[in-house]
Amino acid sequence: MSIYAQGIIFLISINLISVLGLSLLTGFTGYFNFGQAGFMAIGAYVSGMLAKFLNVPIPISVICGMLAGGLISIPIGLPTLKLKGDYFAIATLGFSEAVRLVNENLEGFTGGARGIPGIPSIRNPIPVVFIALLCYFFIRYYVVSRHGRNCIAIREDEIAAQSIAINTFRYKMISFFINGLLAGLAGALLGHYVGFIQPSMFGIPKSTEMIIMVIFGGMHSVTGALFSAILLTTLPELLRAAAVWRLVVYGGLVILIMVLRPQGLVGSWELQLPFLNKFWDWINVRFNKKLREVS
Amino acid sequence: MEVLKIDHLSKFFGGVKAVQDFNLSLEEGRIEAIIGPNGAGKTTIFNLITGIYPSTEGEIFMNGDSISGLETYKIMSKGIARTFQNIRLFSENSVIDNVATAFHQHASYSVFEGIIPSFRRYREEKRIYADSMELLDIVDLADRAHENSKNLPYGHQRRLEIARALALKPTLLLLDEPAAGMNPEESQQLMHLIKDIRDRFNLTILLIEHHMEVVMGLSDYIVVIDFGKTISKGTPEEVQSDPLVIEAYLGVGGE
Repeated sequence: MSIYAQGIIFLISINLISVLGLSLLTGFTGYFNFGQAGFMAIGAYVSGMLAKFLNVPIPISVICGMLAGGLISIPIGLPTLKLKGDYFAIATLGFSEAVRLVNENLEGFTGGARGIPGIPSIRNPIPVVFIALLCYFFIRYYVVSRHGRNCIAIREDEIAAQSIAINTFRYKMISFFINGLLAGLAGALLGHYVGFIQPSMFGIPKSTEMIIMVIFGGMHSVTGALFSAILLTTLPELLRAAAVWRLVVYGGLVILIMVLRPQGLVGSWELQLPFLNKFWDWINVRFNKKLREVS
Repeated sequence: MEVLKIDHLSKFFGGVKAVQDFNLSLEEGRIEAIIGPNGAGKTTIFNLITGIYPSTEGEIFMNGDSISGLETYKIMSKGIARTFQNIRLFSENSVIDNVATAFHQHASYSVFEGIIPSFRRYREEKRIYADSMELLDIVDLADRAHENSKNLPYGHQRRLEIARALALKPTLLLLDEPAAGMNPEESQQLMHLIKDIRDRFNLTILLIEHHMEVVMGLSDYIVVIDFGKTISKGTPEEVQSDPLVIEAYLGVGGE
Protein backbone atom coordinates (compact mmCIF):
# COMPACT_ATOMS: atom_id res chain seq x y z
CA MET A 1 0.00 0.00 0.00
CA SER A 2 1.30 3.44 -0.81
CA ILE A 3 2.30 5.80 1.96
CA TYR A 4 -0.49 8.09 0.77
CA ALA A 5 -3.20 5.43 1.13
CA GLN A 6 -1.78 4.45 4.52
CA GLY A 7 -2.00 8.07 5.59
CA ILE A 8 -5.68 8.25 4.68
CA ILE A 9 -6.37 5.06 6.62
CA PHE A 10 -4.54 6.55 9.60
CA LEU A 11 -6.63 9.69 9.44
CA ILE A 12 -9.91 7.80 9.04
CA SER A 13 -9.13 5.70 12.11
CA ILE A 14 -8.07 8.70 14.18
CA ASN A 15 -11.13 10.71 13.18
CA LEU A 16 -13.35 7.72 13.85
CA ILE A 17 -12.05 7.36 17.41
CA SER A 18 -12.69 11.01 18.18
CA VAL A 19 -16.09 11.06 16.45
CA LEU A 20 -17.22 7.96 18.38
CA GLY A 21 -16.65 9.75 21.66
CA LEU A 22 -18.49 12.79 20.40
CA SER A 23 -21.29 10.62 19.08
CA LEU A 24 -21.85 9.19 22.56
CA LEU A 25 -21.78 12.61 24.20
CA THR A 26 -23.61 14.67 21.58
CA GLY A 27 -25.63 12.15 19.61
CA PHE A 28 -26.72 9.86 22.43
CA THR A 29 -26.55 11.96 25.59
CA GLY A 30 -27.62 15.17 23.85
CA TYR A 31 -24.85 17.49 25.01
CA PHE A 32 -23.09 19.46 22.28
CA ASN A 33 -19.34 19.69 22.63
CA PHE A 34 -17.77 22.37 20.45
CA GLY A 35 -14.33 21.89 21.96
CA GLN A 36 -13.39 18.38 20.94
CA ALA A 37 -10.06 19.65 19.56
CA GLY A 38 -9.09 20.86 23.04
CA PHE A 39 -9.34 17.33 24.41
CA MET A 40 -7.44 15.99 21.41
CA ALA A 41 -4.74 18.58 22.04
CA ILE A 42 -4.35 17.42 25.63
CA GLY A 43 -3.89 13.84 24.46
CA ALA A 44 -1.47 14.85 21.69
CA TYR A 45 0.74 17.03 23.89
CA VAL A 46 0.84 14.60 26.82
CA SER A 47 1.64 11.63 24.64
CA GLY A 48 4.01 13.48 22.29
CA MET A 49 6.02 15.10 25.07
CA LEU A 50 6.27 11.88 27.09
CA ALA A 51 7.54 10.00 24.05
CA LYS A 52 9.91 12.69 22.87
CA PHE A 53 11.42 14.09 26.07
CA LEU A 54 11.15 11.12 28.45
CA ASN A 55 11.58 8.35 25.85
CA VAL A 56 8.41 6.63 27.02
CA PRO A 57 7.45 3.77 24.65
CA ILE A 58 4.73 4.88 22.25
CA PRO A 59 1.97 2.48 23.43
CA ILE A 60 2.39 3.68 27.00
CA SER A 61 2.57 7.36 26.06
CA VAL A 62 -0.60 6.96 23.98
CA ILE A 63 -2.40 5.42 26.96
CA CYS A 64 -1.21 8.35 29.11
CA GLY A 65 -2.55 10.77 26.48
CA MET A 66 -5.88 8.97 26.50
CA LEU A 67 -6.12 9.06 30.30
CA ALA A 68 -5.17 12.75 30.30
CA GLY A 69 -8.06 13.47 27.94
CA GLY A 70 -10.41 11.58 30.24
CA LEU A 71 -9.12 13.12 33.45
CA ILE A 72 -9.26 16.72 32.21
CA SER A 73 -12.94 16.21 31.39
CA ILE A 74 -13.73 15.67 35.09
CA PRO A 75 -12.94 19.22 36.33
CA ILE A 76 -14.59 20.64 33.18
CA GLY A 77 -17.70 18.49 33.55
CA LEU A 78 -18.30 18.88 37.28
CA PRO A 79 -19.32 22.55 37.16
CA THR A 80 -20.74 22.65 33.61
CA LEU A 81 -22.80 19.47 33.21
CA LYS A 82 -25.28 20.68 35.81
CA LEU A 83 -26.07 23.52 33.42
CA LYS A 84 -28.34 23.36 30.43
CA GLY A 85 -26.85 22.09 27.20
CA ASP A 86 -26.20 25.52 25.66
CA TYR A 87 -24.01 26.66 28.52
CA PHE A 88 -22.13 23.40 28.39
CA ALA A 89 -21.44 23.91 24.67
CA ILE A 90 -20.04 27.38 25.34
CA ALA A 91 -17.91 26.06 28.21
CA THR A 92 -16.34 23.38 26.01
CA LEU A 93 -15.62 25.97 23.32
CA GLY A 94 -13.94 28.16 25.93
CA PHE A 95 -11.96 25.22 27.24
CA SER A 96 -10.54 24.29 23.85
CA GLU A 97 -9.55 27.89 23.13
CA ALA A 98 -7.90 28.08 26.55
CA VAL A 99 -5.91 24.93 25.80
CA ARG A 100 -4.81 26.36 22.45
CA LEU A 101 -3.71 29.66 23.99
CA VAL A 102 -1.83 27.96 26.81
CA ASN A 103 0.00 25.79 24.30
CA GLU A 104 0.82 28.85 22.20
CA ASN A 105 2.14 30.89 25.10
CA LEU A 106 4.03 28.38 27.23
CA GLU A 107 6.98 28.59 24.83
CA GLY A 108 9.54 27.03 27.13
CA PHE A 109 7.34 24.04 27.77
CA THR A 110 5.25 23.35 24.68
CA GLY A 111 7.35 25.09 22.07
CA GLY A 112 4.77 27.82 21.60
CA ALA A 113 3.16 28.43 18.24
CA ARG A 114 5.92 26.55 16.42
CA GLY A 115 4.95 23.39 18.25
CA ILE A 116 7.03 20.29 18.95
CA PRO A 117 8.81 18.63 16.04
CA GLY A 118 10.38 15.19 16.00
CA ILE A 119 7.78 13.20 17.89
CA PRO A 120 8.47 9.46 17.58
CA SER A 121 6.05 8.32 14.91
CA ILE A 122 3.96 5.26 14.21
CA ARG A 123 4.49 3.83 10.73
CA ASN A 124 2.11 0.88 10.75
CA PRO A 125 -1.60 1.75 10.42
CA ILE A 126 -2.88 -1.73 11.30
CA PRO A 127 -2.83 -1.37 15.13
CA VAL A 128 -4.53 2.01 14.80
CA VAL A 129 -7.27 0.57 12.59
CA PHE A 130 -7.67 -2.25 15.10
CA ILE A 131 -8.00 0.20 18.00
CA ALA A 132 -10.56 2.27 16.08
CA LEU A 133 -12.69 -0.78 15.30
CA LEU A 134 -12.46 -1.88 18.93
CA CYS A 135 -13.69 1.57 20.02
CA TYR A 136 -16.53 1.30 17.51
CA PHE A 137 -17.54 -2.02 19.03
CA PHE A 138 -17.32 -0.66 22.59
CA ILE A 139 -19.52 2.36 21.90
CA ARG A 140 -21.92 0.39 19.72
CA TYR A 141 -22.33 -2.11 22.55
CA TYR A 142 -22.52 0.59 25.23
CA VAL A 143 -25.46 2.43 23.72
CA VAL A 144 -27.65 -0.68 23.86
CA SER A 145 -26.77 -1.38 27.50
CA ARG A 146 -28.82 -0.12 30.43
CA HIS A 147 -26.27 2.68 30.78
CA GLY A 148 -26.61 3.62 27.12
CA ARG A 149 -30.40 3.63 27.40
CA ASN A 150 -30.06 6.01 30.34
CA CYS A 151 -27.98 8.35 28.15
CA ILE A 152 -30.65 8.28 25.44
CA ALA A 153 -33.31 8.99 28.08
CA ILE A 154 -31.37 12.10 29.11
CA ARG A 155 -31.21 13.25 25.51
CA GLU A 156 -34.92 12.68 24.94
CA ASP A 157 -36.24 14.25 28.13
CA GLU A 158 -34.09 15.03 31.11
CA ILE A 159 -36.99 15.49 33.56
CA ALA A 160 -38.55 12.20 32.53
CA ALA A 161 -35.13 10.58 32.88
CA GLN A 162 -34.82 11.85 36.45
CA SER A 163 -38.34 10.71 37.19
CA ILE A 164 -37.41 7.12 36.41
CA ALA A 165 -34.63 7.41 38.99
CA ILE A 166 -31.74 8.03 36.61
CA ASN A 167 -28.88 9.98 38.17
CA THR A 168 -28.64 12.19 35.10
CA PHE A 169 -25.55 14.06 36.25
CA ARG A 170 -23.64 10.83 36.76
CA TYR A 171 -24.50 9.55 33.29
CA LYS A 172 -23.60 12.86 31.68
CA MET A 173 -20.25 12.71 33.47
CA ILE A 174 -19.65 9.14 32.27
CA SER A 175 -20.41 10.11 28.67
CA PHE A 176 -18.18 13.15 28.95
CA PHE A 177 -15.39 11.07 30.49
CA ILE A 178 -15.57 8.43 27.77
CA ASN A 179 -15.60 11.21 25.18
CA GLY A 180 -12.50 12.69 26.83
CA LEU A 181 -10.73 9.32 26.76
CA LEU A 182 -11.46 8.79 23.10
CA ALA A 183 -10.54 12.37 22.14
CA GLY A 184 -7.29 12.05 24.08
CA LEU A 185 -6.56 8.75 22.34
CA ALA A 186 -7.31 10.23 18.92
CA GLY A 187 -5.15 13.29 19.61
CA ALA A 188 -2.25 11.17 20.83
CA LEU A 189 -2.38 8.97 17.74
CA LEU A 190 -2.60 12.02 15.51
CA GLY A 191 0.57 13.46 17.05
CA HIS A 192 2.45 10.22 16.57
CA TYR A 193 1.20 9.86 13.02
CA VAL A 194 2.11 13.38 11.88
CA GLY A 195 5.37 13.41 13.86
CA PHE A 196 4.95 16.93 15.11
CA ILE A 197 2.28 18.91 16.90
CA GLN A 198 1.42 22.58 17.03
CA PRO A 199 -1.46 24.49 18.63
CA SER A 200 -3.09 25.46 15.33
CA MET A 201 -3.77 21.79 14.55
CA PHE A 202 -6.29 21.80 17.41
CA GLY A 203 -8.28 24.96 16.81
CA ILE A 204 -11.95 25.61 16.24
CA PRO A 205 -11.86 24.20 12.67
CA LYS A 206 -10.89 20.78 14.08
CA SER A 207 -13.73 20.85 16.63
CA THR A 208 -16.15 21.89 13.90
CA GLU A 209 -14.95 19.09 11.66
CA MET A 210 -15.68 16.59 14.44
CA ILE A 211 -19.18 17.96 15.10
CA ILE A 212 -19.92 17.95 11.36
CA MET A 213 -18.92 14.30 11.18
CA VAL A 214 -21.29 13.36 14.01
CA ILE A 215 -24.24 15.23 12.50
CA PHE A 216 -23.44 14.17 8.93
CA GLY A 217 -23.41 10.46 9.74
CA GLY A 218 -26.57 10.54 11.84
CA MET A 219 -26.70 11.79 15.40
CA HIS A 220 -28.55 8.74 16.66
CA SER A 221 -26.30 6.12 15.16
CA VAL A 222 -22.85 4.84 16.06
CA THR A 223 -22.56 3.34 12.61
CA GLY A 224 -23.20 6.80 11.19
CA ALA A 225 -19.98 7.92 12.87
CA LEU A 226 -18.15 5.09 11.11
CA PHE A 227 -19.53 6.05 7.71
CA SER A 228 -18.99 9.76 8.05
CA ALA A 229 -15.43 9.29 9.35
CA ILE A 230 -14.65 7.30 6.22
CA LEU A 231 -16.50 9.58 3.80
CA LEU A 232 -15.60 12.98 5.18
CA THR A 233 -11.94 12.05 5.63
CA THR A 234 -11.59 10.77 2.06
CA LEU A 235 -13.74 13.44 0.46
CA PRO A 236 -11.20 16.31 0.71
CA GLU A 237 -8.60 13.99 -0.79
CA LEU A 238 -10.86 13.11 -3.71
CA LEU A 239 -11.51 16.81 -4.20
CA ARG A 240 -7.83 17.68 -4.54
CA ALA A 241 -8.47 18.22 -8.25
CA ALA A 242 -10.68 21.18 -7.33
CA ALA A 243 -7.60 22.88 -5.81
CA VAL A 244 -8.53 26.12 -4.03
CA TRP A 245 -12.24 25.36 -4.33
CA ARG A 246 -11.80 22.17 -2.36
CA LEU A 247 -13.22 23.36 0.93
CA VAL A 248 -16.02 25.23 -0.79
CA VAL A 249 -17.11 22.05 -2.53
CA TYR A 250 -16.71 20.14 0.74
CA GLY A 251 -18.90 22.63 2.61
CA GLY A 252 -21.44 22.62 -0.21
CA LEU A 253 -21.72 18.85 -0.15
CA VAL A 254 -22.18 18.82 3.61
CA ILE A 255 -24.95 21.41 3.34
CA LEU A 256 -26.57 19.44 0.54
CA ILE A 257 -26.68 16.26 2.64
CA MET A 258 -28.07 18.16 5.61
CA VAL A 259 -30.86 19.64 3.49
CA LEU A 260 -31.73 16.35 1.84
CA ARG A 261 -31.29 14.14 4.91
CA PRO A 262 -31.59 16.20 8.10
CA GLN A 263 -31.47 13.03 10.21
CA GLY A 264 -27.99 12.32 8.81
CA LEU A 265 -26.64 9.82 6.35
CA VAL A 266 -27.96 6.69 8.05
CA GLY A 267 -30.54 8.17 10.44
CA SER A 268 -30.75 5.86 13.43
CA TRP A 269 -29.85 2.72 11.49
CA GLU A 270 -27.17 0.53 13.05
CA LEU A 271 -24.98 -2.14 11.60
CA GLN A 272 -26.21 -5.51 12.91
CA LEU A 273 -24.04 -8.59 13.08
CA PRO A 274 -26.60 -11.43 13.51
CA PHE A 275 -23.98 -14.19 13.50
CA LEU A 276 -22.17 -12.51 16.40
CA ASN A 277 -25.43 -12.27 18.37
CA LYS A 278 -26.29 -15.87 17.62
CA PHE A 279 -22.83 -16.98 18.66
CA TRP A 280 -23.20 -15.06 21.93
CA ASP A 281 -26.67 -16.56 22.47
CA TRP A 282 -25.22 -20.02 21.95
CA ILE A 283 -22.39 -19.44 24.41
CA ASN A 284 -24.83 -18.16 27.02
CA VAL A 285 -27.31 -21.02 26.65
CA ARG A 286 -24.40 -23.41 26.95
CA PHE A 287 -22.27 -21.88 29.68
CA ASN A 288 -24.26 -19.18 31.50
CA LYS A 289 -25.27 -21.33 34.45
CA LYS A 290 -27.43 -18.76 36.24
CA LEU A 291 -29.41 -18.05 33.08
CA ARG A 292 -31.62 -21.07 33.69
CA GLU A 293 -32.65 -19.78 37.09
CA VAL A 294 -33.94 -16.59 35.48
CA SER A 295 -36.00 -18.06 32.68
CA MET B 1 -49.49 2.05 57.19
CA GLU B 2 -48.90 5.53 55.92
CA VAL B 3 -47.11 5.50 52.56
CA LEU B 4 -47.01 9.22 51.91
CA LYS B 5 -47.39 12.02 54.41
CA ILE B 6 -47.32 15.66 53.45
CA ASP B 7 -47.00 18.19 56.26
CA HIS B 8 -47.85 21.88 55.83
CA LEU B 9 -46.43 22.01 52.31
CA SER B 10 -46.15 25.46 50.69
CA LYS B 11 -44.60 26.72 47.50
CA PHE B 12 -44.31 30.39 46.55
CA PHE B 13 -43.06 31.53 43.16
CA GLY B 14 -42.12 35.09 44.05
CA GLY B 15 -45.45 36.58 45.11
CA VAL B 16 -47.53 33.78 43.65
CA LYS B 17 -48.68 31.34 46.30
CA ALA B 18 -48.94 28.21 44.16
CA VAL B 19 -49.48 25.85 47.08
CA GLN B 20 -50.40 26.89 50.63
CA ASP B 21 -50.38 24.69 53.70
CA PHE B 22 -51.19 21.45 51.89
CA ASN B 23 -51.59 18.36 54.06
CA LEU B 24 -52.09 14.79 53.02
CA SER B 25 -51.84 11.40 54.64
CA LEU B 26 -52.03 8.51 52.23
CA GLU B 27 -52.64 5.01 53.59
CA GLU B 28 -51.31 1.94 51.87
CA GLY B 29 -53.47 0.51 49.09
CA ARG B 30 -55.73 3.54 48.74
CA ILE B 31 -56.49 5.60 45.69
CA GLU B 32 -56.79 9.29 46.46
CA ALA B 33 -57.34 12.20 44.12
CA ILE B 34 -56.41 15.85 44.07
CA ILE B 35 -58.87 17.89 42.05
CA GLY B 36 -59.37 21.57 41.41
CA PRO B 37 -59.76 24.09 38.59
CA ASN B 38 -56.94 24.74 36.14
CA GLY B 39 -54.01 26.53 37.75
CA ALA B 40 -55.02 25.47 41.24
CA GLY B 41 -51.57 24.05 41.97
CA LYS B 42 -52.19 20.32 41.53
CA THR B 43 -49.25 19.56 39.29
CA THR B 44 -47.07 21.79 41.46
CA ILE B 45 -47.82 19.43 44.35
CA PHE B 46 -46.60 16.49 42.24
CA ASN B 47 -43.49 18.42 41.29
CA LEU B 48 -42.84 19.17 44.96
CA ILE B 49 -43.28 15.52 45.96
CA THR B 50 -40.88 14.39 43.23
CA GLY B 51 -38.34 17.09 44.03
CA ILE B 52 -38.48 18.89 40.69
CA TYR B 53 -39.08 22.09 42.68
CA PRO B 54 -37.80 22.65 46.20
CA SER B 55 -40.62 23.44 48.60
CA THR B 56 -40.78 26.80 50.38
CA GLU B 57 -42.14 25.31 53.58
CA GLY B 58 -43.25 21.98 54.92
CA GLU B 59 -42.01 18.46 54.79
CA ILE B 60 -42.81 15.29 52.83
CA PHE B 61 -42.40 11.76 54.22
CA MET B 62 -42.26 8.52 52.26
CA ASN B 63 -42.79 5.45 54.46
CA GLY B 64 -41.84 7.58 57.43
CA ASP B 65 -38.57 8.94 55.97
CA SER B 66 -38.30 12.58 55.04
CA ILE B 67 -37.70 13.03 51.29
CA SER B 68 -37.72 16.84 51.32
CA GLY B 69 -34.67 18.38 49.72
CA LEU B 70 -33.51 15.19 48.03
CA GLU B 71 -32.69 15.17 44.34
CA THR B 72 -35.41 13.84 42.03
CA TYR B 73 -33.64 10.63 41.07
CA LYS B 74 -33.11 9.74 44.75
CA ILE B 75 -36.76 10.34 45.58
CA MET B 76 -37.84 8.23 42.62
CA SER B 77 -35.59 5.38 43.73
CA LYS B 78 -37.45 5.20 47.05
CA GLY B 79 -40.50 3.63 45.47
CA ILE B 80 -42.29 6.59 43.90
CA ALA B 81 -43.15 6.64 40.20
CA ARG B 82 -45.07 9.20 38.22
CA THR B 83 -46.61 10.07 34.88
CA PHE B 84 -46.83 13.52 33.35
CA GLN B 85 -49.73 15.72 32.35
CA ASN B 86 -47.94 16.76 29.14
CA ILE B 87 -46.69 13.34 28.10
CA ARG B 88 -42.94 12.96 28.45
CA LEU B 89 -41.94 9.79 26.69
CA PHE B 90 -38.51 9.06 25.23
CA SER B 91 -40.08 9.68 21.89
CA GLU B 92 -37.28 8.54 19.58
CA ASN B 93 -37.21 5.17 21.33
CA SER B 94 -39.31 2.15 20.56
CA VAL B 95 -42.23 1.42 22.87
CA ILE B 96 -40.45 -1.45 24.59
CA ASP B 97 -37.23 0.54 25.03
CA ASN B 98 -39.19 3.19 26.92
CA VAL B 99 -40.15 0.57 29.48
CA ALA B 100 -36.79 -1.23 29.41
CA THR B 101 -35.01 2.05 30.19
CA ALA B 102 -37.03 2.42 33.37
CA PHE B 103 -35.91 -1.03 34.54
CA HIS B 104 -32.32 0.21 34.85
CA GLN B 105 -32.24 0.17 38.64
CA HIS B 106 -33.31 -3.47 38.72
CA ALA B 107 -30.22 -4.54 36.82
CA SER B 108 -26.81 -4.48 38.42
CA TYR B 109 -24.21 -4.88 35.71
CA SER B 110 -21.51 -2.21 35.77
CA VAL B 111 -20.52 0.52 33.34
CA PHE B 112 -17.54 -1.59 32.37
CA GLU B 113 -19.91 -4.40 31.41
CA GLY B 114 -21.61 -1.76 29.28
CA ILE B 115 -18.75 -1.89 26.80
CA ILE B 116 -17.81 -5.56 26.94
CA PRO B 117 -20.03 -8.67 26.94
CA SER B 118 -20.63 -10.50 30.20
CA PHE B 119 -22.83 -13.36 31.37
CA ARG B 120 -24.46 -11.17 33.98
CA ARG B 121 -25.34 -8.50 31.42
CA TYR B 122 -26.82 -11.09 29.09
CA ARG B 123 -28.95 -12.52 31.87
CA GLU B 124 -30.19 -9.21 33.17
CA GLU B 125 -30.93 -7.80 29.71
CA LYS B 126 -32.98 -10.89 28.85
CA ARG B 127 -34.94 -10.44 32.07
CA ILE B 128 -35.44 -6.70 31.50
CA TYR B 129 -36.94 -7.25 28.06
CA ALA B 130 -39.10 -10.14 29.25
CA ASP B 131 -40.42 -8.06 32.15
CA SER B 132 -40.96 -5.06 29.85
CA MET B 133 -43.03 -7.19 27.52
CA GLU B 134 -45.09 -8.37 30.49
CA LEU B 135 -45.82 -4.77 31.52
CA LEU B 136 -46.73 -3.86 27.94
CA ASP B 137 -49.11 -6.77 27.96
CA ILE B 138 -50.81 -5.39 31.08
CA VAL B 139 -51.35 -1.99 29.48
CA ASP B 140 -52.38 -3.68 26.24
CA LEU B 141 -49.53 -2.39 24.07
CA ALA B 142 -47.63 -5.65 23.53
CA ASP B 143 -48.52 -5.79 19.85
CA ARG B 144 -46.96 -2.37 19.24
CA ALA B 145 -43.78 -3.02 21.24
CA HIS B 146 -41.37 -2.30 18.42
CA GLU B 147 -43.03 0.78 17.01
CA ASN B 148 -41.55 4.19 17.56
CA SER B 149 -43.28 5.57 20.66
CA LYS B 150 -43.94 9.01 19.12
CA ASN B 151 -46.13 7.32 16.49
CA LEU B 152 -48.58 5.98 19.07
CA PRO B 153 -51.97 7.64 19.46
CA TYR B 154 -52.43 9.87 22.48
CA GLY B 155 -54.32 7.42 24.68
CA HIS B 156 -51.73 4.72 24.00
CA GLN B 157 -48.93 7.11 24.94
CA ARG B 158 -50.59 7.69 28.29
CA ARG B 159 -50.81 3.97 28.92
CA LEU B 160 -47.17 3.61 27.90
CA GLU B 161 -46.24 6.21 30.50
CA ILE B 162 -48.04 4.13 33.11
CA ALA B 163 -46.12 1.02 31.99
CA ARG B 164 -42.86 2.94 32.19
CA ALA B 165 -43.73 4.10 35.71
CA LEU B 166 -44.56 0.53 36.75
CA ALA B 167 -41.11 -0.58 35.61
CA LEU B 168 -39.69 1.24 38.62
CA LYS B 169 -41.58 -1.29 40.79
CA PRO B 170 -43.02 1.52 42.88
CA THR B 171 -45.14 1.38 45.99
CA LEU B 172 -46.63 4.82 45.32
CA LEU B 173 -47.82 5.85 41.87
CA LEU B 174 -48.54 9.49 41.02
CA LEU B 175 -50.81 9.86 38.00
CA ASP B 176 -51.08 13.35 36.53
CA GLU B 177 -54.29 13.55 34.50
CA PRO B 178 -54.11 10.02 33.11
CA ALA B 179 -57.44 10.37 31.31
CA ALA B 180 -56.75 13.73 29.66
CA GLY B 181 -57.71 13.66 26.01
CA MET B 182 -59.44 10.29 26.26
CA ASN B 183 -62.94 9.55 25.07
CA PRO B 184 -65.50 8.03 27.52
CA GLU B 185 -64.78 4.49 26.36
CA GLU B 186 -61.04 4.92 26.76
CA SER B 187 -61.43 6.44 30.21
CA GLN B 188 -63.58 3.46 31.25
CA GLN B 189 -60.77 1.15 30.17
CA LEU B 190 -58.29 3.34 32.01
CA MET B 191 -60.28 3.03 35.23
CA HIS B 192 -60.19 -0.74 34.95
CA LEU B 193 -56.47 -0.61 34.23
CA ILE B 194 -55.75 1.57 37.27
CA LYS B 195 -57.74 -0.70 39.60
CA ASP B 196 -56.11 -3.73 38.03
CA ILE B 197 -52.53 -2.50 38.53
CA ARG B 198 -53.35 -1.34 42.06
CA ASP B 199 -54.41 -4.86 43.02
CA ARG B 200 -51.73 -6.63 41.03
CA PHE B 201 -48.76 -4.59 42.29
CA ASN B 202 -50.11 -3.54 45.72
CA LEU B 203 -49.91 0.11 44.74
CA THR B 204 -50.98 3.20 46.54
CA ILE B 205 -52.15 5.76 44.02
CA LEU B 206 -52.39 9.54 44.12
CA LEU B 207 -54.10 10.99 41.12
CA ILE B 208 -54.85 14.34 39.54
CA GLU B 209 -57.80 14.29 37.19
CA HIS B 210 -60.40 16.48 35.55
CA HIS B 211 -62.72 13.72 34.31
CA MET B 212 -65.19 13.63 37.21
CA GLU B 213 -66.43 10.22 36.23
CA VAL B 214 -62.91 8.82 36.60
CA VAL B 215 -62.25 10.66 39.86
CA MET B 216 -65.54 9.65 41.48
CA GLY B 217 -65.30 6.09 40.21
CA LEU B 218 -61.77 5.46 41.42
CA SER B 219 -61.04 7.51 44.50
CA ASP B 220 -61.48 6.50 48.10
CA TYR B 221 -60.79 10.06 49.18
CA ILE B 222 -60.60 13.43 47.43
CA VAL B 223 -58.81 16.67 48.22
CA VAL B 224 -60.07 19.78 46.44
CA ILE B 225 -57.74 22.73 46.02
CA ASP B 226 -58.24 26.16 44.53
CA PHE B 227 -55.60 28.88 44.21
CA GLY B 228 -53.21 26.69 46.18
CA LYS B 229 -55.53 26.35 49.18
CA THR B 230 -57.28 23.19 50.28
CA ILE B 231 -60.97 24.06 50.18
CA SER B 232 -62.51 20.67 50.83
CA LYS B 233 -61.69 17.05 51.49
CA GLY B 234 -63.61 13.85 52.01
CA THR B 235 -65.19 10.91 50.26
CA PRO B 236 -66.48 11.48 46.70
CA GLU B 237 -70.04 11.95 48.01
CA GLU B 238 -69.02 14.50 50.64
CA VAL B 239 -66.96 16.52 48.18
CA GLN B 240 -69.64 16.52 45.50
CA SER B 241 -72.15 18.12 47.80
CA ASP B 242 -69.78 20.69 49.32
CA PRO B 243 -70.99 24.20 48.36
CA LEU B 244 -67.40 25.53 48.36
CA VAL B 245 -66.42 23.00 45.70
CA ILE B 246 -69.38 23.87 43.53
CA GLU B 247 -68.48 27.52 43.88
CA ALA B 248 -64.85 26.90 42.88
CA TYR B 249 -65.86 24.99 39.79
CA LEU B 250 -68.89 26.93 38.68
CA GLY B 251 -68.40 30.34 40.30
CA VAL B 252 -70.70 32.22 42.65
CA GLY B 253 -74.03 33.61 41.62
CA GLY B 254 -75.31 30.26 40.41
CA GLU B 255 -78.36 28.70 41.88
